[in-house]
Amino acid sequence: MILDGFLARAALAGLGVALAAAPLGCFVVWRRMAYFGEATAHAAVLGIALALALQTSVIAGVLGVSLAMALTVSSVGERGIAIDSLLGVLAHSALALGLVAVSFQSGVRLDLMAYLFGDILAVSQTDLATIWIGSALVVALIFWRWSGLLTATLNRDLAYASGLDPAREKMILTLCLALVVAVAIKVVGALLITAMLIIPPAAATPLSRTPEAMAMVAAALGSIAVLAGLWASYVYDTPAGPSIVSASALLFALTHLGAAFARQR
Amino acid sequence: MSLISARALSVTHAGHTAIWDVDFEISRGEIVTVVGPNGSGKTTLLRALIGALRPSGGTIKRQAGLKIGYVPQKLAIDPTLPMTVARFLGLPHRHPSEKIKAALEQVGAAGLAARPLADLSGGQFQRALLARALLENPDLLVLDEPTTGLDQPGSAALYRLIEDIRKEYGCAVLMVSHELHVVMSASDRVICLNGHVCCHGAPDIVASAPEYRALFGSGTGGALALYRHDHDHDHDHDHSHGHGHGHSHGHDHSHAKADHPQTEVQN
Repeated sequence: MILDGFLARAALAGLGVALAAAPLGCFVVWRRMAYFGEATAHAAVLGIALALALQTSVIAGVLGVSLAMALTVSSVGERGIAIDSLLGVLAHSALALGLVAVSFQSGVRLDLMAYLFGDILAVSQTDLATIWIGSALVVALIFWRWSGLLTATLNRDLAYASGLDPAREKMILTLCLALVVAVAIKVVGALLITAMLIIPPAAATPLSRTPEAMAMVAAALGSIAVLAGLWASYVYDTPAGPSIVSASALLFALTHLGAAFARQR
Repeated sequence: MSLISARALSVTHAGHTAIWDVDFEISRGEIVTVVGPNGSGKTTLLRALIGALRPSGGTIKRQAGLKIGYVPQKLAIDPTLPMTVARFLGLPHRHPSEKIKAALEQVGAAGLAARPLADLSGGQFQRALLARALLENPDLLVLDEPTTGLDQPGSAALYRLIEDIRKEYGCAVLMVSHELHVVMSASDRVICLNGHVCCHGAPDIVASAPEYRALFGSGTGGALALYRHDHDHDHDHDHSHGHGHGHSHGHDHSHAKADHPQTEVQN
């Protein structure tokens, strides 16, 4: 059966990540949390080192350390004014520290590329199940809190006046971010997770009139990028994760050029 | 019973005490205006009352289940966030499109539903914000500097609209303004704030209070009378007439503003 093929598993894994990354990525874009996402994703490398040292599952290590990083970062703030450089320090320190820690483990050097850039073609049935459970959880959380998240993103005072707690809404996003990092690391790797979060929503902006439309269009564009990237990877023998991100970058260029062209006429 | 009451309220942020020892209450159907110079803590008071700022001292009591319709002074929308007026009016609670249409009509913004928020003019945006607040069916309508960016006739029209809304919904209205004369005559009660409550009471009483005059100068007393004149006539007379009044009014407004720096120096 075709579902047993590695390519089918890769496609399903990629689609699972794309569907969860789209709505979450919209909030990352609207709230200007790109660096926040970067820090959380880079912390995943440290999580891998920890998991290898403690001989626990990689996904548990990644989830734990990413969540810790996300909570740390969200406690110092989010709307990148003065915290911009602090986030940069945290993001790159986590990455460097993780790489150093991984080097102490023998025999994982070969795997390092897979953790940094993903290894979607080696996704197992178990990985696939993990990815879809994690993604479903993220989509459910965001769907459940959608209105509150959107109100708090628009204006915190409007949220307070309506009896919402913006800090709680932010916590939901923080949790989702750690979840997406944990499930996406196998697909695109720690270095390109932020790209999966940001590029499809950014590409969807010129095509959308409402926030809901933007999340849907982002999910569609993200899915197209996954399939196109995998196809390119298969045909031209390019690395799969970077190919997927390149495909979404191409979509971004197309929608924005198209919008600019439409404005000119 | 009052909708919101505060006792000995103080708010400190970033080491600066913005307001202190403020007593406040507002009851159903009342229009209360907070006036005060820039930096006097007006917005801080509002934000503490809606729950956006934690008091550093004193207490705030809200009636159980109190619904607040909040109209912020401005709303910076990230350019990456696509938002039509109709969608914005459905936040955080969705409403049927007929209700959204009716609310827009009521605030004089009919036909804007499908427009992106980013394309609205200042006055249209203000009306959209007001329509959103009304759709929450509020017990208390809270407006922060609602006439920012409006000209004098526009401000006068907005205050009349607010009075109509109060009549129709029976809600209380709490406003903040540094625009003294117009606001004051539209209010039941005025609170003059400068960190603490300098004076409060009916508009006439506040306008003649020495504390108020120390803050704003005495020129505004005349402006208050002038506005009333304008206000009384506007309903009965034709448009061009009202417009003429609006002009003289605008003149006095700039006069009041010119008084402003002097009085701040005194304080």
